[in-house]
Amino acid sequence: MRNCGHIDPENIKDYITRDGYQALGTVVTELKPIEVIEIIEQSGLRGRGGAGFPTGLKWKFTHQAAGKEKYVVANADEGEPGTSKDRLIMEGDPHSLLEAMAIAGYAIGANTGYIYIRGEYQLAIKRLKIAIAQAKEMGLLGENLFDSGFNFEIKIREGAGAYVCGEETALLKSIEGERGEPQVKPPYPTNEGLWGQPTLINNVETLANIAVIIREGAEWFNEIGTEGCPGTKVFTLSGDVENEGIIELPMGTPLRRIIEGFGGGMVDDKEFKVAQSGGSSGGCMPKELLDTPMDYDSLAEIGMTLGSGALLVMDETHCIVDIAKCLMQFFKHESCGKCVPCREGNKRLYNRLDKISKGEGELEDLERLRDLADTMSKTALCGLGQMAPTSIYTTLKYFKDEYLTHIEDNNCTTGSCRGLVDLEVQDKRGGKDYGNNN
Amino acid sequence: MEATIEEITKALDSERTPLISVLHAVQAELGYLSTEGLKIVAKKLDIPLSKVYGVATFYTLLDTEEKGENVIRLCESAPCHIKGATNILTELQDKLDIDVGETTDDNKFSLEMTSCLGICAVAPAIMINGTVYGNLTSKKLDSILDRY
Ligand SMILES: Cc1cc2nc3c(=O)[nH]c(=O)nc-3n(C[C@H](O)[C@H](O)[C@H](O)COP(=O)(O)O)c2cc1C
Ligand code: FES
Repeated sequence: MRNCGHIDPENIKDYITRDGYQALGTVVTELKPIEVIEIIEQSGLRGRGGAGFPTGLKWKFTHQAAGKEKYVVANADEGEPGTSKDRLIMEGDPHSLLEAMAIAGYAIGANTGYIYIRGEYQLAIKRLKIAIAQAKEMGLLGENLFDSGFNFEIKIREGAGAYVCGEETALLKSIEGERGEPQVKPPYPTNEGLWGQPTLINNVETLANIAVIIREGAEWFNEIGTEGCPGTKVFTLSGDVENEGIIELPMGTPLRRIIEGFGGGMVDDKEFKVAQSGGSSGGCMPKELLDTPMDYDSLAEIGMTLGSGALLVMDETHCIVDIAKCLMQFFKHESCGKCVPCREGNKRLYNRLDKISKGEGELEDLERLRDLADTMSKTALCGLGQMAPTSIYTTLKYFKDEYLTHIEDNNCTTGSCRGLVDLEVQDKRGGKDYGNNN
Repeated sequence: MEATIEEITKALDSERTPLISVLHAVQAELGYLSTEGLKIVAKKLDIPLSKVYGVATFYTLLDTEEKGENVIRLCESAPCHIKGATNILTELQDKLDIDVGETTDDNKFSLEMTSCLGICAVAPAIMINGTVYGNLTSKKLDSILDRY
């Protein structure tokens, strides 16, 4: 995000003044593809799309795969609720994405790149189109870049409103003009991707790191962040903190520091209750975990996820059952319906939670929630169904008492579960005051 | 209608597998994707109608039913939810006198729910047609609706 806010995103000259396209020039005129891949491998960069897969390795697989043609695809679907970092990068620094895609194309042997961007991001789409046109005009995209004989063009494909299309195999189906349903892996896209050809898919934020790594070197990158997860991470901070917004920090920054230092603490000095890390498919972190370093490995160790870097911070006025229900509503709606564990599982999780939120829950519902979660995480076809129950696991672990209060005492202490709140209280809450920030 | 769709498919001729781009463009031009429109798309692109229909119904931003002039999409994801999206929903239902999935009698507004619009820092949020609005309050909602 180094350029966001410092350059005019609709003027390529601003980007060039800040060393833009210098890395691409170096790459295509001075380095062999395999040397580029080695730099990325040495940098230790890991995918910022959620899974944290080593980027250099993915580039190497695609480089080695045999195919008539190869493709680079930028995953700009950004559907994970509570995440808007890729939008900011594309709106604020679109050329950093284009330059990285061309570098990736050179490294793996592709001449065409696609940006698959969600249809809701109209401003980003507009800026990318302007950026592509300007880069072409200056000969930084198109034919024979820097007189190297290397050609690269970039096309934009707009998504049409389906969270599951962020999953890489579903995304490719969508570019192919099909229903965006995930496919069984293997084969992996690195070997058989777009139209059956080897395809490199990287997240926008991952790609935004490439040019600067080439320019500054792998060692420079290594020095930021943690040993296992070098570099920075862009977090999208939302919820009950004073300063909501997007912030880029070294990997491994503790959660407490993000909330207190950069978020400015809780609104109205209310008590911190829980932070959901990684978006709707992420885990719910209680107060005890506030000192956790926020990187892929530290979070995986405790059953949490860094995911997209979404951080939703909630204070004591929010009810865990109500939140869990809201999350399951999302997955129920976004499940593509192709596999049964996900299609049925999310519906049933939602129904159980709905029952508990209305004061009709029984103790065995908690057992059933866990059983359903187990089945889904083990048998769902793609990450959507496998990760959907993360909030169920983590809230049952850290906030079981709150479930029990709903079940045993028919009580929602925060008043969020409307079915459980008497009318007088509901009147007060249902007034014209929509939360803390307005 | 046939001429419009033909123009769109011609313009996207150089694309491999342009179906979704075509459907986006047809909807922008004609308001929604009618059965008749989908039949023409299928014919022009030489794709079975069943597949065109399957794709058109898969994506939430593609409408196969006629909607009001303006489509309001209220975000129901967690960051908006905790900032009072449920209250905004009640408010919209009252103001427009319709339920989710319905269109007002004067055909001016349709109301839908959506997942995160990517502007969570200003939750709660809505999108009307292509424009997003955040930090919603009852008063702000009135002034926004007045613009349409
Ligand atoms: C349900 C689901 C949704 C996903 N959504 C996104 C997304 O919106 N953006 C993204 O970059 N990756 C998303 N991913 C991850 C992609 O499948 C893929 O791992 C990623 O694009 C790889 O890029 P990276 O290696 O640079 O992280 C999603 C995965 C799943 C299972
Ligand atoms: S959650 Fe509503 S805009 Fe992101």
